[in-house]
Amino acid sequence: MRELRTEILVIGAGPAGIAAAVSAERAGARALLVDMQSEPGGQVWRGQWDKPTNRQSRRWIAALRQSPVECRYGLRLVDFAAPGLAVFDGPDGSLRVRCERLVVATGARERLLPFPGWTLPGVFGAGGLQVLVKNGWPVAGKRVVVAGSGPLLLAAASSLRAAGAQVLLVAEQAAAADLARFAARLASHPAKLVQAAALRLRLAGVPYRSSAWVERADGDEQLRSVRLRIGRYSERLDCDALAVGFGLVPNIEIAQLLGCTLADGAVVVDEQQHSSVAGIYFAGEACGIGGVDQALIQGEIAGRAAAGSARLSFGLRRARARSERFARALDRHFTLRDELRHLAAADTVLCRCENVGYGAAQVCRSQRDARLQTRLGMGHCQGRVCGAACAFLFGWDAATPRPPLAPVPLSCFTASPTEENPQESP
Amino acid sequence: MTHDAIIVGGGIVGCAIAERLARAGLAVCLLERDVLGGAATAASMGHLVVLDDDTAELSLSAYSCARWRELAPQLPATAEYRRTGTLWIARDAAEMDEAARKRERLASAGVDGELVSPAQLALLEPALAPGLAGGLRVVADAVVYPPVAAAWLARRAVAAGAQVRCGVEVRAIGDGDVLLADGGRLRARHVIVANGCAVPELLAGVPVRKRKGHLLITTRAQPAVNHQLVELGYMQSAHGGDGESVAFNVQPRPTGQLLLGSTRQFDDLGCGVAPRLLRRLVARAQEFLPALERMTALRAWTGFRPTTPDHRPLIGAWPARPGVWLACGHEGLGVTTALGTADLLAAQLLDLPLPFDARPYAPARFAPDAELAHAG
Ligand SMILES: Cc1cc2nc3c(=O)[nH]c(=O)nc-3n(C[C@H](O)[C@H](O)[C@H](O)COP(=O)(O)OP(=O)(O)OC[C@H]3O[C@@H](n4cnc5c(N)ncnc54)[C@H](O)[C@@H]3O)c2cc1C
Ligand SMILES: Cc1cc2nc3c(=O)[nH]c(=O)nc-3n(C[C@H](O)[C@H](O)[C@H](O)COP(=O)(O)OP(=O)(O)OC[C@H]3O[C@@H](n4cnc5c(N)ncnc54)[C@H](O)[C@@H]3O)c2cc1C
Repeated sequence: MRELRTEILVIGAGPAGIAAAVSAERAGARALLVDMQSEPGGQVWRGQWDKPTNRQSRRWIAALRQSPVECRYGLRLVDFAAPGLAVFDGPDGSLRVRCERLVVATGARERLLPFPGWTLPGVFGAGGLQVLVKNGWPVAGKRVVVAGSGPLLLAAASSLRAAGAQVLLVAEQAAAADLARFAARLASHPAKLVQAAALRLRLAGVPYRSSAWVERADGDEQLRSVRLRIGRYSERLDCDALAVGFGLVPNIEIAQLLGCTLADGAVVVDEQQHSSVAGIYFAGEACGIGGVDQALIQGEIAGRAAAGSARLSFGLRRARARSERFARALDRHFTLRDELRHLAAADTVLCRCENVGYGAAQVCRSQRDARLQTRLGMGHCQGRVCGAACAFLFGWDAATPRPPLAPVPLSCFTASPTEENPQESP
Repeated sequence: MTHDAIIVGGGIVGCAIAERLARAGLAVCLLERDVLGGAATAASMGHLVVLDDDTAELSLSAYSCARWRELAPQLPATAEYRRTGTLWIARDAAEMDEAARKRERLASAGVDGELVSPAQLALLEPALAPGLAGGLRVVADAVVYPPVAAAWLARRAVAAGAQVRCGVEVRAIGDGDVLLADGGRLRARHVIVANGCAVPELLAGVPVRKRKGHLLITTRAQPAVNHQLVELGYMQSAHGGDGESVAFNVQPRPTGQLLLGSTRQFDDLGCGVAPRLLRRLVARAQEFLPALERMTALRAWTGFRPTTPDHRPLIGAWPARPGVWLACGHEGLGVTTALGTADLLAAQLLDLPLPFDARPYAPARFAPDAELAHAG
């Protein structure tokens, strides 16, 4: 097993992690940036390493390219062998990293909620389908319904259209009044992506309906149609694909593994992005959903603070306050409606890994009770998907994940480490 | 109202007792502070095995395994009861002699075992390393998924009229009642303390200590293993000394996963997974199952065995407190022995004929004034 040493380890190379690593180096520290994807960019700048598409990504990708930050890709954090000793696993084996301070910037994932038919082939996560499309999956000419909640639906619909899909409808579950209030805020907020996407869709004539959601998906082997609730009406729509997502939830597994304090499903940090555990910082959507601007600002703050440069400039503080207002608006205006809690039938699958139905889980007392009695969340994903659904459906707290965070070869435990760069060891 | 019996703790032991007493017609109330089967019971391997370390352990575990076999047809499929049998593995001639002695001891309790030659061993378990000396096969042993079994016992208790209340913590045990964390009090003629490692929180002087264990489960599609495989050196690890020990103990899950055990240590009271112990655990298992080297680990976890100084459980009246009964300290065998424990405790409490000698488990052996308790 290889072993590396660094002063600051940054886990996650999305906007927050890139900003953290670059800022830490600028403040005079040595940083190592590790991500499980094959290149940096995270969710929003996926595939932009060689061709940035906007000013922000161009600026930060160039900064990372020029910075002496050491980067490793294709490595997933799976465990901590000791405090300050991270264990990663990848196709070429495992890597251990010893560090003095840690910045975790592992972003968020999409929330999926169960409704009859949601596991049919042809039903995708909205962000997931967007990723597939960015990676070249063919959607040209396909009839796609985009449904769920949040600005990500617009981004997904916009990408789908750009790839030649026929977007039949964007169904947003939030009420029109809430959306109007959110849109009114955009003018004063740095949510350009959302605005641009909405504009493009409007110009393309894609219908956008509020108070609208998918009640069920139908098809035999493959999705054929969806039944939508639009206001007081029910409507069937034939389609080839459904892209559905109900907002984002922070990735908190690493925080749980490290024993950091959480609140409302996100990591609690102070002014300096410092968590409740000494030497461990969090930045970006792991601390709460707030979009790319917030991720960048928090990354910058965390990187500087981890490097020992704790003073925040006036500009940074103002930018942070602004991005926080945007995050609060997101939260308020896209609150999920109660009807979504009652779409699933007793036999609708809730945990796909272990094939556990909604009805079996519903009678349990907690995520842990359900894990023990029904195996819900016991599979490969350790409840990352169904845990977020249960938090909304039943109000359950996330169960504590068990190491390793992802399946790893048993040899990962037995191999004895060899120093990869002994010249750096003290 | 006054219950006939309040049971503190909804692990496998408390649930088994609730079921037994409710079936006997008592007004029973079980109180569990978290969820059913969520503590040691959830961490456990669920190997239902006859152990013969001493005669007391032998009679309790042999009796209990027979009770599990009686219950098996009624258990829900999700309890995953399966007669895998146990294959005790000998590495050398000395351990093979031990296998023969073990067979004799098991036979004295009516449990059949057959000695297995190296060639038979290779046929029974092709994944085992070559060069092993043979073993002892006990076909009657089985495995069960403990938290589901515990919850099922609790449901049977409810069907027989018991109350089962989760999320209710007992703060203290009074005279003929228990004080709840929310300030309420519940009255009962008998209070049965079955709260596993947490007994000392309620009753000072009950000598139960936590003994930590690590387990690891692999992903599916592993090489086929047919029996629960345990090295004969296991008992030495289980009972020998207070130090840290690791023994080879592998269970095939119905899903095709392998559950690897197990470690034992007293010095670590935190619930975290210690990579150092995982390394020892995996290395030990690989000595017996070399193919593990290419396998994938899904998850590791830890749990605490409630342990007494003489490694025997405490089942019976606690002389220091009239009306208080103990059912705890089952260490690494409590899933197996929960059913025998329930029958033995019920017989004492209801003045029925004892299923087997109760004295080796009498809590009086550790009571502050043990002499007096015995005399009285
Ligand atoms: C599926 C999806 C699609 C999205 N699409 C858009 C979009 O089109 N437009 C938009 O404005 N916003 C989009 N978002 C929102 C987006 O998450 C934020 O705007 C922004 O990317 C947040 O930046 P971040 O740095 O906090 O996290 P992310 O960009 O999510 O970066 C986190 C990084 O951490 C890595 N990581 C996570 N866990 C580990 C681990 N255990 N070991 C190693 N590395 C790890 C990930 O691979 C990822 O690269 C999307 C979100 C999701 C979940
Ligand atoms: C790693 C490991 C592997 C094992 N493998 C096996 C095996 O293969 N076969 C086998 O037979 N045994 C095995 N065991 C042993 C077995 O798990 C235990 O002996 C058994 O589970 C003990 O059950 P219990 O009901 O006494 O305790 P627990 O399961 O710990 O239950 C006690 C309950 O009491 C509750 N409680 C505590 N305090 C209070 C309070 N004040 N008020 C209300 N409720 C309270 C707790 O929440 C808990 O649910 C293993 C144990 C470990 C740790």
